[in-house]
Amino acid sequence: MRAEIPLAIGVIPFAMIYGALATSAGIGALPAMLMSSIVFAGASQFVGTRLIGSGANPLLIIFTTFVVNLRHALYSVALAPDVQRLSRGWRILLAYLLTDEAYAGAVARYANSESPATRHWFLFGTGMTLWSTWQVSTAAGIFLGANVPSSWALEFTLALTFIGIVVPSLRNWPAIGAALTAAVIAIATVNLPYGMGLMLAALAGITAGMLLSPRRAASGQPVEVRL
Amino acid sequence: MTLWLTLFGMGAVTFLIRVVPFFALERVELPDRVRQALVFVPVAVLSAIVAQEVLAPGGGYALETGNHRILASFIAGIVAWRTKNVLATVAAGMGALWLLNWPA
Repeated sequence: MRAEIPLAIGVIPFAMIYGALATSAGIGALPAMLMSSIVFAGASQFVGTRLIGSGANPLLIIFTTFVVNLRHALYSVALAPDVQRLSRGWRILLAYLLTDEAYAGAVARYANSESPATRHWFLFGTGMTLWSTWQVSTAAGIFLGANVPSSWALEFTLALTFIGIVVPSLRNWPAIGAALTAAVIAIATVNLPYGMGLMLAALAGITAGMLLSPRRAASGQPVEVRL
Repeated sequence: MTLWLTLFGMGAVTFLIRVVPFFALERVELPDRVRQALVFVPVAVLSAIVAQEVLAPGGGYALETGNHRILASFIAGIVAWRTKNVLATVAAGMGALWLLNWPA
């Protein structure tokens, strides 16, 4: 079930391309490097770099970052019940590490973990692995350029990891409906700017899952989607 | 200076998005309907990302037969279903993609 390894491999080309792009957009090596630790959110770093390079208004850039990363709030809300027992410091640290990939890697383990008391270590471990990889690969992209041959298609490991996490969970109609609806809407909205399509797709998928769930299961138990 | 302010602004909004629910939902008992909805978050978000990465990599539609990611992810999906193993899924998908992309 080790999802961290393909996730980490998958983010390498993204971070390297980001580093190379930031340099060519005229962002100095130091700010380009530190954007990866200050922001630590791949898609918004790409969009932000493009906007900074074109001399856009800083407030517009910050607002765009907000829109691009808004889906992370879904992860945070979903994980909130699990982090309530944790100290303030832990919650801050885990929130800082909460990317798409960290969430994907952690939920896969969460569902299978016996002991709620130690679950947060999964998110921490996945998050730190991804964080370190992201920083080192950013530096490589800035100082060496993005030299990973595109024919290796390393970034495809991200999609494959997500397939490995999601497909086994498609064991009931609500889950299947949520997945199909999200996929169809994501394709239909792929040209919407700033990742808004992903947010719409996610909300549509969640809605579909809800509509297919029995309004009140006889046992009072919610429909389960075991990852 | 403006650049640094922009970076810290970007970092601040990103962090707030991720951290506010961790604190705002403290001691709030979420209604059953909301808890049910949250169950679908991973499957919905990850499916959406996969669909875009496979069918529209880089933002342009690639629905043609030359897009070997489609077949590769189909094979990966079968492996995922049968093995429930992420590493096996990734290995199968990457292996399939590399073979399909092999220069003829």
